[in-house]
This record gives sequence, C-alpha cells and structure tokens, in this order.
Amino acid sequence: MLEDVKYLKFKTYLNTYCPHCRNTFNYERKDEKYIVFKSIYKGEEAELKLSPYLDVFDVESSVEVAENDRLDDLICPKCKKSLIVEEPVCGECGSPVAELIITAFSKLMPFFICLKHGCTWHGLSKADENRVKLKIPRQDMPEQDMKLRVANHGEVPYGYTTELAQLEAGRCLQCKDPKCVKGCPVNVDIPAFISLIRDEKVDDAAKKIKETNMLPAVCGRVCPQESQCEALCILGLRDRPVAIGNLEKFVADYERKMDLVKVPVIKTKLKKKVAVVGSGPAGLTAAADLIQRGYSVTIYEALHEAGGVLVYGIPEFRLPKSIVNFEIDYLKQMGVKIELNCVIGNTITMDELLEHFDAVFIGVGAGLPVFMNIPGETLGNVFSANEYLTRMNLMKAYKFPEYDTPKPKGNKVVVLGGGNVAMDSARTAIRTGSTEVTVVYRRSRQELPARHEEVRHAEEEGVKFMLLTAPVKYIGNDQGILKGLECLRMQLGEPDSSGRRRPIPIEGSNFVINCDVAVVAIGNSSNPILFQTATDIKRNKWGNVEVNPETNQTSKEHVYAGGDIVTGAATVIQAMGAGRVAANAIHKKLSAG
Amino acid sequence: MFQIVRKQVLSKGAIIRFDINAPRIAAKVKAGQFVIIRVNETGERIPLTVADKDAFSGTITLIFQVVGKTTALMRSLKEGDSLKDVVGPLGKAAEVENIGTVIMVGGGTGVAILHHVAKAYKEAGNYVIGIIGARDKETMILDDEMAHICDELIITTDDGSFGERGFVTTPLKKYLDERYDIKLAYAIGPIIMMKNVCNLTKKYNLHTMVSLNPVMIDGTGMCGGCRVTVDNRTQFCCVDGPDFNGHLVDFDELEKRNNIYLKDEKDSLLNSIR
Repeated sequence: MLEDVKYLKFKTYLNTYCPHCRNTFNYERKDEKYIVFKSIYKGEEAELKLSPYLDVFDVESSVEVAENDRLDDLICPKCKKSLIVEEPVCGECGSPVAELIITAFSKLMPFFICLKHGCTWHGLSKADENRVKLKIPRQDMPEQDMKLRVANHGEVPYGYTTELAQLEAGRCLQCKDPKCVKGCPVNVDIPAFISLIRDEKVDDAAKKIKETNMLPAVCGRVCPQESQCEALCILGLRDRPVAIGNLEKFVADYERKMDLVKVPVIKTKLKKKVAVVGSGPAGLTAAADLIQRGYSVTIYEALHEAGGVLVYGIPEFRLPKSIVNFEIDYLKQMGVKIELNCVIGNTITMDELLEHFDAVFIGVGAGLPVFMNIPGETLGNVFSANEYLTRMNLMKAYKFPEYDTPKPKGNKVVVLGGGNVAMDSARTAIRTGSTEVTVVYRRSRQELPARHEEVRHAEEEGVKFMLLTAPVKYIGNDQGILKGLECLRMQLGEPDSSGRRRPIPIEGSNFVINCDVAVVAIGNSSNPILFQTATDIKRNKWGNVEVNPETNQTSKEHVYAGGDIVTGAATVIQAMGAGRVAANAIHKKLSAG
Repeated sequence: MFQIVRKQVLSKGAIIRFDINAPRIAAKVKAGQFVIIRVNETGERIPLTVADKDAFSGTITLIFQVVGKTTALMRSLKEGDSLKDVVGPLGKAAEVENIGTVIMVGGGTGVAILHHVAKAYKEAGNYVIGIIGARDKETMILDDEMAHICDELIITTDDGSFGERGFVTTPLKKYLDERYDIKLAYAIGPIIMMKNVCNLTKKYNLHTMVSLNPVMIDGTGMCGGCRVTVDNRTQFCCVDGPDFNGHLVDFDELEKRNNIYLKDEKDSLLNSIR
C-alpha cells in the first residue's frame, strides 16, 4: 500500500484500462461511494464496483462469487481475455483478484480487485514498475473535432493536460544509453526533460530543452518525430514510442502560458558583429546562439514579417503565428536586431554587409518553387504551394476582404505532391471553403513523405488521396483559367536510387480530374537573388551553397550558410541544427581573433 | 515606415505621384527595377516600378494609377503619411549601354517607368526618340520630362486632344520606315500596346524590350505568381525580369493571368467603401 496515498478521489481517475488490450473500460460514477466498471462474467455483463478511496475496503464486489466458482472467466468486454490473475492474491483472504490498470495521481498503476471483499490496493514494487510502464498506452493529444476544425483555422491538437503529460512521461524507460537523443539533429537531452516532467518540474524541463533547442514550441509541432527521435525509441520495438514531440510541445506551451519565460541576461558583450540573412529557423537559431555568446546580431529579412517559412509557409492550424511572434520577441528582448524589408543581394549586397560585420550567416532557405514543366502551367489558378500558402498565411487571404489579398477561389482543388507542404495546402483549401480537395501523388501511400499525423489529419478532414497518379497536362477554359487536370495512372517498379520503388506510367490510362484550382507542392530549388551579386560563393549544380560540413563555412571568407539553401528542402529542425553548427564555428573563428 | 515626402496629382485624381523617403533603395535602384509596397497591416503587397530616384535626398518616385483597393488607399494618403512597407530594389535593371539611337514607346502610366529608362539611355549617350501615348490630354503624364530627356518626342492621344490623334504605333511605323539606324526599341505600357508594338517591330527585325507587370506577392522569386512565358519557357518576372525581349513574350497569356483577380479587386474596393 502506498503510504502517501490516503485516499483517491474520483477526479483523479482518468481512465481504466484492460491490462491486455488497453481498451478503456466503460465506467460510471455512482455518487461519491464507488465507480462501476462493466465487465463480463459467466458470459453476461457484470459490474465491478470500485471504491474511489483506494485504501478503503468498504465496497462490496458486485460480482457474486461462490466458494467453488472458477474465476477465470471474468473477462474484458473488448479483448475477451481474462482479468483474473494468479498472483498476487488478496492479502486479506487469499482470494483471486482481477487486475485493471488505472490512472491515478497522474500515474498508471495496476489495480487489483479482490473479488470477495471488493477492492484493495497492492502498490507497486520496483520490479513491477517497468512491467507497468510497458502497459501504459501512448497518450494521444486531445484534438479539435474533425467536423468543427475544418471550419476554423485554430490549432488542431489542444495539447496535453498536465495529467496526460505526466502519464506519457511515465512511459519513458529512462534508458542509460538513450537512442532518441541520437535521432535529434540538435541532440536535446530527451530522457532528462521527460524525467523532469514526471517530477512535476515542467519549468526546469523547459530550461533543459532550451539548452539545446531554442524553439521547442515550434519543434514540438512541426518536427517529424516519427522519423527522428521517436523512430529510435526502444518502446517502439514492442509498442508505440514515447510521444516525445507531444511532450516537448506541452513543456514549451506550459512555460509560455504560465509566463515562466525569462529573458536571460547576457553578461559578456563583445564588440564583434554578426549578420544573419533570413529569419527562418536556421537564422533564428544562429542568432540566438550568437547573441547569448555576447555578439551583436542583426537579422535581415526580405519579407515584412520575421519567421521565414514559419510565417509564410506553415499554416495557423499547425503552428499558430502567435507562437512564432512570441519566439521572435524573445530574441528581440535578448538584443537581436531585426531589419525587415531588406533583400540581401539587392538592398544591400553581401560585400557591403561584410564591410560592417565580422561574419555573415546565410539562412535564406530554398525559395524558388519548382514546377513540373507540363503544358498549361501558366493557366490562371495554377499556384505554387509557396504562393498559395503565402497568400493564405502571411497575407491572411482567408480573411479577404478584411485583408486585401485575394483568396485563391476554388471548389475543387487538386494538390500535386505528397509532402508536408502538400498536406498544408490541402488542409488550408478544406478550411477556406473548397468542396473537394484531392492530393495527387505519383507513388503509393507507403512512400508519402508527409508526417503520418498530417496525412491522418488531412484524411479525417476529408482530403481525398489519389495515389499512383501523375499529372501530365493542365486543361484551361477560354479565359485561360484552369478547369481540369489530365493524369496518368502509375504502377510501382523496381526501387530507384532513393530506395523507393520507382513509379512507372501505365500507357493509355489517361483520365481527367475536374478542378478549378491546382496547387503545385513538389518542392523548391535555391533562390538566386543573393548570389547574383555574390558570385564568389560557390554553389553546386542545383544552386545550393557548398559548405564545409564541420563548420558550415562557404567558399567565401567569414561567410557561413545553413538550412535549405545548403541541403535543399528539408525540415525545420535540420535547419536549426545547421544554424547551430555555423554559430559554433563563427564563435570559434571570431574568438580566436 | 516609409514617409511620403511629396504627393502630386498628375491626372484628375487617377494618376498620382509619390516621392517616398527610402534612402537605402534610392541609393541602389536603377532604371527598370521595381519595389513592392504594402500600405498598412491588412494591405496586400503590390509591385510598382520605380519611376525616378534622388539618391541625394534619399527618395524614390512612384507613379501609379488608381485601379483597385490598394491604389485607392494610396490616393487617400497625404504628404507626411507613411507606407508600412517598401522593399527593393527588385528585379534586374535595364542593361543600358551606348548603342546609338534608341526608340522609347510608352503608353498610359507606363510612361512613368519609360521615362526612367529613357533617362538612363540618354545619360549613357544615346540618341533617344520618344513616342508617348495616352487616352486624352488629361491622362497624359510626364510629357514635359520626356520632352526634356528625348532628342525627338512624338505625343499621341486616342481622341486627338493633345499631340497626334491615334495610337503610338502610327508614328512608330513612320520612324521604322524612315530611319535605319535605330538599334533598340523599348515599349512600356498596357499589355495590348506592348503587344502591338512588338508585332510591328518584329517585321523590321528591331530588338524590342518590354517591361512586364504581372501579379506578384513577395517579388523575390519565392511565390512564382509572376510566371510569364518567354521563348516558350516559364520565367519569373521578379527575378528574371521585369524587362524581357518583347518578341518572345506570350502577351495573350499574360493578359489572361492579370485578369484573374479583377472581380476580387472590385469586391475588395466595394467592401472598403461599405
């Protein structure tokens, strides 16, 4: 019996699970005295009554047990497995007990019910702890109802409650050699921050993450955890991995909502100055790292708002702009200067920057949309995903005519591509009054590069997927506006250089999808503007900047680069990792004199 | 914030000139380049080609015709008010060289941009012939400035209220028939005018540059909204242009693309009046 557990109130029961299938039992509250769980006994529905006060034995079992009854047929209504366990037995009378898993005090606990005396409490031995952990199901975040959310631009997951977060944190095995950390491009100390959540020190958990990751509220939302940290989680071998991303989001949101964010005082002030070109994730990270080391940092942004892809690309329902603004304000309070409306290469050239700064970091992203080069691409209402999302997000066209930028109108929208940007476009289209939204992707479901969660959300919201389909031609009406997309069916052949099975067109399988808006989300190549006046920065044949991978230094002295402009389109966290590598190298170089 | 230091109504409230304080841009901008402006927090981003600059006082000149919500909003601004955002210079500058004789053809508000290019060609030592057209005397702008810049200037109006009656293509044809030393033509104005000029100069094998003004958002190549087909290839007007070889531009497509938002423009304007 747990010493500190004097009584357990109703409200602390969150869920009660079957120990085998982890399905939630139906339960009812019957006044303050007991909770009734419905199970099956002797083929009929039986009721198990539990006291809400775990150390009290005053509730009768509602399962009438005779002396000679075999008790192995008290079963879970869903998985049909017996709830009766051989060991342990009731400490009072030695009778058989049934086992349930309950959530109490934000922890999952095995709960043994003596079938003769009602309920009892057996506590938890150290040895049992990991066994129980493995039985905790992964906690999903509560989400906005799918029917409601298609009509608003609010964020889809509400995020964990403190209880849920602690429950999920309780699943972490605290491995001695944590694999998850290796999966993180910035090596966040994941077990440490999870352990702090479990100890109810969420504030410290936030500080722990921020030691290595400046933007946890962003990363918790947009990182592809399932292919990074969570992919390597040991729990994932037997079950679903710990929801590291959800926990990260919880910690960051908790810190922000509880007003616990403190702007660090920078003690050392250096005379050296660093310019950062581009205010996306790479630039923000580099700026944050450098300002903390005492450098004077100025970020140059071409658009009228800072944040790069976080503000023009990722939609409100996935990453609320208030969060991005909060993070940017945080940087400003630390002393980072941000110059908007300034196109480096045009307004100021790279060489002019170098006259005023000791080092420059380029994090301009991959801002030149790729089109498929098929006929009809210049028809009206064929958009690049960049344009579509920029209109909707940055320019707030979904609020047209309150905001002046017109909204791309379409009842039937097709989105070309299968990545996160395609999902963002499709889900934006659903939210802006389109009746039918179809994602057209040339490979199969398995190869969809988007995060699983995004694909699931898109499907729930009514986005249709037309897989193994490749567009061949846009068809326009006589006003030059799109009215259809001719496609070709594909089949999968042998794996190609990327290891994915190559799609092969099926001859003569052409068909037309009727549509009035098409959004092309097949990627970006590198934007040439900066390099038109900085020809001495070496780039590869795709136009990406060549850097030394150790330092992210370019071929030009004192100029560093990172993020999509180096790697081609990748993830937010990878860009942040690159920003950090460059910041370290800049610090090393400048502090050496 | 970018302050409007001077406002001048050039034509009955429909064509307006702003001198805007933007020293960084004024120091850099060359003929043919443009800026993107946003009037206020809820405003849209629109591209405007820079009509002139004064690097000394740090101002750039924008001349615009009131056609939609944003330009109507701009008209309502007074001297001393500010634009929320001005970013630039964007696009490639006109490649100005001393090549001999050039002919500059402009129509409507296109004359505003043309005069900046003409000035650059004149300063480079060229003999500049100008032909500028407008609907009537009232909508003709910058004719004094053009007369000052050009070695020869022909003015046409559709109704004959000022200069010759008719379109710019008539005096252009006359020049092309009479003079053989013209090395380059520049045509800036309504799409239909540029198209007609290009059709004409093609017959005379005269290299012709045009300045395009498609729908644009960021102006840095990111959105791809400003796609134009030039020589059967898709080009981004904001980074590959805005000046292109007019003989290779698909004007019909450009016209259709520019008309997509006509209805939204009206709705937006009506909404703001309500």
